[in-house]
Amino acid sequence: MADTSLVDRHEPLWKRLPVVVQLRKSTGWQRAMLITGVVICALYIVVAVAAPLIAPYGFGQLQGADGQSFPRTGAPSPEHIWGTTVGGFDVFSRVVYGARTAVLVVIVAVVVSIIIGVLLGMVSGYLGGWLDRILVVVADAIYAFPSLLLAIVVSIVVSGGNSSYSGGIIAAAISITVVYVPQYFRVVRAEAVRLRNEAFVESARVLGTNPWRIMTRHVLRNSTRSLPLILTLNASDAILTLAGLGFLGFGIGPTAGAEWGYDLSRALSDVASGVWWTGVFPGVAIVVLVLGVTFVGESLNDISDPRLRARRRIKDLGRRRAAAAASTEGAAA
Amino acid sequence: MTLTNPEAIETEPTKPQAQRRAGGGGGGLGRYVLVRFLLIFPTVFILVTLVFFLMRVIGNPITASVGGRLTPSQLQERLHAAGYDRPVLVQYFEYLGNIVRGDFGTTSTDNRPITEIIVTYGGATAELVFYALIVALLLGIPLGMLAAYLRDKWPDVLFRALAILTYATPVFFGGLLLKLVFSVWLGWLPLSDRASTRVSLVLDNIPGATGIYLIDALRTGNGQIIGDVLLHAVLPALTLGLLTAGIFLRLVRANMIGSLGSEYVDAARSRGVREARLVRTHAFRPALVPIITVMGLQIAMLLGGSVLTETTFGWRGLGFELNQYLSARDFVAVQGIVAMLAVIVAVTNFVVDVVAALIDPRVRF
Repeated sequence: MADTSLVDRHEPLWKRLPVVVQLRKSTGWQRAMLITGVVICALYIVVAVAAPLIAPYGFGQLQGADGQSFPRTGAPSPEHIWGTTVGGFDVFSRVVYGARTAVLVVIVAVVVSIIIGVLLGMVSGYLGGWLDRILVVVADAIYAFPSLLLAIVVSIVVSGGNSSYSGGIIAAAISITVVYVPQYFRVVRAEAVRLRNEAFVESARVLGTNPWRIMTRHVLRNSTRSLPLILTLNASDAILTLAGLGFLGFGIGPTAGAEWGYDLSRALSDVASGVWWTGVFPGVAIVVLVLGVTFVGESLNDISDPRLRARRRIKDLGRRRAAAAASTEGAAA
Repeated sequence: MTLTNPEAIETEPTKPQAQRRAGGGGGGLGRYVLVRFLLIFPTVFILVTLVFFLMRVIGNPITASVGGRLTPSQLQERLHAAGYDRPVLVQYFEYLGNIVRGDFGTTSTDNRPITEIIVTYGGATAELVFYALIVALLLGIPLGMLAAYLRDKWPDVLFRALAILTYATPVFFGGLLLKLVFSVWLGWLPLSDRASTRVSLVLDNIPGATGIYLIDALRTGNGQIIGDVLLHAVLPALTLGLLTAGIFLRLVRANMIGSLGSEYVDAARSRGVREARLVRTHAFRPALVPIITVMGLQIAMLLGGSVLTETTFGWRGLGFELNQYLSARDFVAVQGIVAMLAVIVAVTNFVVDVVAALIDPRVRF
């Protein structure tokens, strides 16, 4: 749970933004981890936006400007720094364009699941009643089920077999959304249930404020504090789910766009013949991005948890005090 | 692949609350077990319903799989034969009725009952998940205890970094790397499959084969066969086990830090209890309950991960078959297998919750 005491309402707006607050409060390796995570994420976003400028070839390009076909499973060389695949695609270019796919899917998935999850959780928790009970049971059922299997089912439904770029992105994003809505739902609902009986909400109700206004003004504003944390945890899950779907053939076709999971599924058979570059590069791309997002999430978690945050600082303080005492003693002597 | 923050699960109030409400605020273990058992049914019902209606949104499995290749009249005939031209609700209730009777449908590509597929391949998946769980517990628990004890020292930081790394690596990429290193470059371990062709021929033809290769191999009593089966299991078990080991490590660490800082541990220490015993007994026991609770969620996650692991290693289990049916676009089979897995997951969670209640009296009151 995020600690509200981290936020001082009188600070200027930029100092109250989620990541900035924690960054300012953090110390030592927690801060290093947070910064590393933020830098990695920023790097991927830049690569995603500037993909056409960075990649030497297109993601579906099979021949150079001179009309010469690319080599098949060509080892890394000056023309193809990360080699080429069995199908003759340039690995580096596909990895770069893959960042675009991953970033797009994660953004769409996270935004949609937050909106739906928060709305449902708030209404369900605040209003209660039979709707609340049904939603809780449904959310629990979905929560306990292997998310990848659910994502597969949803992806069959949404894509219906088409593999265009935007279709693939939306299919993947919706599959991920269905899996993560219950998580936002649970957290926000728990907060809404707690807030429902708080004095300020009750007084608003007594004043005759309409329920929708109470929900948006009083309940929602106070129930979103742990969202940045879940958001980062889910973003890393979303990347892995997308790759898993792609690996099972529910991603985006090779000519429609680049997707790391799909490339890895193709690379699986290359391994037996010792061809490592088709698998290792897209794989590392996934790992580093997930690491980056997880670093942000982990350090936000540690910093917001007083048990995990305070310790290092007090210790430092103690050491500083001891050092100060030692120096004054030294001066006295 | 859900890595939810273990600390978040531990403090997550919704589920126990729902149970507590259902439990009517009291009663002994028997009552708790009964209520918890009855909760299996709505869970399975919801998942099966969800999957059914989701699959019907695309129309019907036959049009989806062979729609383009048949003339409209042929298609109509096939639809009529399978009963897909009736109202959806009628089909739904029929489907529910069939499930109650234990009939999860028949695949449309090779016309096999889903239950038969589960029986044939379930053993392989269970075997893989079991190995993976062993790997995860053997790595996760001791390292987690050590990390908690040496908190903020370098082993702690190292173990936590490794835990994050295992989580960040997709199973199929981890599998690919392990294959590349241990099978292709070093040549120590087999590349894929559950056993060598010759061995699996032997094992598949044993009278009364269980489908769990280790048990079958042990029954032959042939050292070579046992060795072959075990060697084939190393990489898949590691791949899937590492995925979960990191989560156990983090969970053990977080809970142990809590219990190591508690007053009764200080009290025991001041009485002169040795450090090793302090960690193993005093601090670890109370940290065990959340681990068992999360194990239920982890088994569900391992089942999901087994789809990817089995595909990576050609391990012919449920996940491998599911992937085969996916690429054949046999959605009846997919729906059936997923529904069956929902039942397995619900039952597993029930067992785990009961075990947790046996250990921790707080859960049932």
